[in-house]
Amino acid sequence: MRRPHDFHGGIYPPERKSLSNTRPLRRATIPDQLVIPLSQHIGAPAKAIVAPGEDVLGGQRLTDLAGLPVHAPTSGTIVAIEDRVIPHASGMSAPCIVIDCDGQDRWLDLEPWPDYRERDPAAVVARLHEAGIAGLGGAGFPTFRKLSSARPGQIRTLIINGTECEPYITADDILMRERARELVLGIEILAWLCEPKEILLGVEDNKPDAVRALESALTEIQTPIELVVFPTKYPSGGEKQLIEILTGQQVPTGGLPADIGILCQNVGTAVAVHDSVLLGRPLVSRITTVTGEAVTEPGNFEVLLGTPMKQLLADAGYREAPRQRLIMGGPMMGVTISSTECPVIKTTNCLLVPSAKELPANASPQACIRCGLCAEACPATLLPQQLYWYARAQDQDQLEAHQLFDCIECGACSYVCPSHIPLVQYYRASKAAIIEQRADTAKSDRARERFEARQERLEQAAAEKEAKRAARKRAAAAKALDAGGDDPIKAAIERAQARKAAQETSPASAGDAAREKIQRIEARLEKARAKLAADDGSDATITAALTKAVETTEKKLTTARAELDAANDPKEQTP
Amino acid sequence: MSLLVVTSPHAHGPLSTSQVMRTVLLATIPGLIALTWYFGPGTLVNVIFGGLVALPCEALALRLRKQPIAPFLKDYSVLVTSTLLCIALPPYAPWWLILVGVAFSVLIAKHLYGGLGYNPFNPAMVGYVVLLISFPLQMSSWSAPVPLIEGTPGVMDALRACFVPASYDGVTMATPLDVLRQNTGQTLEDLYAATPQLGHFGGVGWEVVNLAFLAGGAWLLYRRIFTWHAPAAMLVSLALCAALFYDEGSSSSGGSPLFHLLSGATMFGAFFIITDPVSSAVSNRGRLIFGALIGVLIYTIRVRGNYPDAVAFAVLIANFSAPFIDHYTQPRVYGHGKDQRDE
Repeated sequence: MRRPHDFHGGIYPPERKSLSNTRPLRRATIPDQLVIPLSQHIGAPAKAIVAPGEDVLGGQRLTDLAGLPVHAPTSGTIVAIEDRVIPHASGMSAPCIVIDCDGQDRWLDLEPWPDYRERDPAAVVARLHEAGIAGLGGAGFPTFRKLSSARPGQIRTLIINGTECEPYITADDILMRERARELVLGIEILAWLCEPKEILLGVEDNKPDAVRALESALTEIQTPIELVVFPTKYPSGGEKQLIEILTGQQVPTGGLPADIGILCQNVGTAVAVHDSVLLGRPLVSRITTVTGEAVTEPGNFEVLLGTPMKQLLADAGYREAPRQRLIMGGPMMGVTISSTECPVIKTTNCLLVPSAKELPANASPQACIRCGLCAEACPATLLPQQLYWYARAQDQDQLEAHQLFDCIECGACSYVCPSHIPLVQYYRASKAAIIEQRADTAKSDRARERFEARQERLEQAAAEKEAKRAARKRAAAAKALDAGGDDPIKAAIERAQARKAAQETSPASAGDAAREKIQRIEARLEKARAKLAADDGSDATITAALTKAVETTEKKLTTARAELDAANDPKEQTP
Repeated sequence: MSLLVVTSPHAHGPLSTSQVMRTVLLATIPGLIALTWYFGPGTLVNVIFGGLVALPCEALALRLRKQPIAPFLKDYSVLVTSTLLCIALPPYAPWWLILVGVAFSVLIAKHLYGGLGYNPFNPAMVGYVVLLISFPLQMSSWSAPVPLIEGTPGVMDALRACFVPASYDGVTMATPLDVLRQNTGQTLEDLYAATPQLGHFGGVGWEVVNLAFLAGGAWLLYRRIFTWHAPAAMLVSLALCAALFYDEGSSSSGGSPLFHLLSGATMFGAFFIITDPVSSAVSNRGRLIFGALIGVLIYTIRVRGNYPDAVAFAVLIANFSAPFIDHYTQPRVYGHGKDQRDE
């Protein structure tokens, strides 16, 4: 028997699992209307391939394969494709397909693949894609993508996560008890796809019934799956923590388990894989725990995806109270849902409706006394008290130096904090601020690059223009030489010198010089005006430059006339 | 009906800061009993009067800082500060000594630096050092242990000593630490034989007082109020220093390891002073270094310094170095190991 490793920190909150796992699995009522969000996980939302008014059968695919598709959980009619409120921490709305169920539960003909081993593995992965299989434990990452992103032979260890470390939740517990055989067969499919050297199924020791069920399934089906039971501690079901418990290895920061040859899948996902491959059934339902003291009959329900939460809550005997919290997930990491109209989605493992006494609202925070209980509890070995300090000071450099981004937001630090400081909130806000700032920096970097490129382009254009001018000048000089005349530059210099000499020798001729100057300027002004008149106004800069030239020349003319007046003034001439 | 929207986690552990502080206060009881048993009710009077001074000081500081008064008074932190300071003061201290010490601890060392959680130095020890430097006479006269004198001082004596100091004439005696420091010619064996208050190891009364504070500290460890790192490191380093310079008990010996562990404020310091989380290092590795540094400093100041005990100075010096220690003892974060590929 493999000796499980330990991970740093962790906490032991009251488990409260017997509230829901002492009753058998029930089927939730099929509601009159199902609301199926087009996007249920990270990534681009799927695109609907059905239209309102269309009749659909159970198991029928409703969206294209660009993302991870969703399917009709039962037969009925599409009545709308519109924005509905979805289960999300922000309480936002997103596009959903709304189906009026006809109550007959007519299904497509399913196509089981009992012989999947004789098929191309790529075809089986494609089937998981088509069946809309997502990770049912946490973030709902598309399973086919996880499988296809690993290089052949990269996965040494396949880990199946049956930990379910959050208090209250017993969906996986019940699943392992009731569907142990399907689970083992599903794991075999996953193992066949990624060909690991070892397959580890990790379960916490607070689920003896599930362990017994798995043991008997494993004796019945001969497989190399190794069942590892380890002590209960939160958050041992976190992917990184489970990997450390089972293998003693740590996932490098910023990396994926695949980087150290590990692939993790949840037990619910493995059963969904079984259903889709061996039965041909897409993912249209899941097991959800409904628990908390605000329901009279807590328990686990096999529920169709898209079922409004209020329906499921009603099945469990929900009594609404003021300031009620509806938590999707567990008490440690679950998100509060703003409306009971929200549908159950692929990742809805639990609906927790606690009474106010059961999970009291946060007490007002006191000063941090740096007691260090948070650091003792942190499964990532961070120093939460220091992070809190820097988060309050908005010292982003120190936050990053203290590895804020290795925080998995498990909530252990907040749980133990005697000063009731909502530490995780601070870390979330700081992460968001840093990410925003990184985006801003990237944006301004791009802007600077654009500006610099433009400068370069303008300079280059100017240089080209200058080169052309020089070439023209050379050509003109050559032409003048060819014509047998003097060098025009030399001639110009001589003319200028002569003019200067004339000025110096006879101050009386200053007036003549000024008059000459005025004539030259007038000629230039005429030229400039002609150019401005010829301009078609297509380029604002050119027009502006020409206008400016005219104005400057006009000014020069005025100055020159003033000079002439001065030259003619007799007082000035007789010092 | 609208649902409440809040962020995770939704569950919270049972511990609160005021509970932590109350637990620390309760843990001083064995030590207080031992002190009272061996030195009379002087320390008890110190502690009670100190508490009565501390609460208005705290309220005043909070008022001046425009902070809510009731919630902060209820966190018991100011009572911990005043209690720890008053335990450290000599029994039968005059009222003004206690007043000055507590007021300085609370107003200056705690609130001037930003209040609970922000003070870089242990407030009780700041108050103690201020008194030690300002009033060396009052601070270095410890009453003689009860078994060595005739007539136990009663509660009335203690009250008189506190509030009408001029009328009180208690018997004081050099503490074992003083005796050892002033020893010039005798071997330890002769010294112990010649000086009754040295007791077996750390001095009559002192041995039991230290063991009682050790018991209180062990209870706090059991209650997970702090980790073992700083106290263990301090005691080990102090014992090691003593062992290193024991010199087989010659006349130049600095005293045996057991003497140092069981004399003066060793156990009180190890479990009640250096474990103050606010002013100590934060990581466990950092706390090991922090504790060890204090152990070395205590030994050095006890043997080479000029003051009766060294815990306060050692702690303040270590408080200075805590941020520095923190900087170099950040724990290795998950996924940042040497064996991990850093991209």
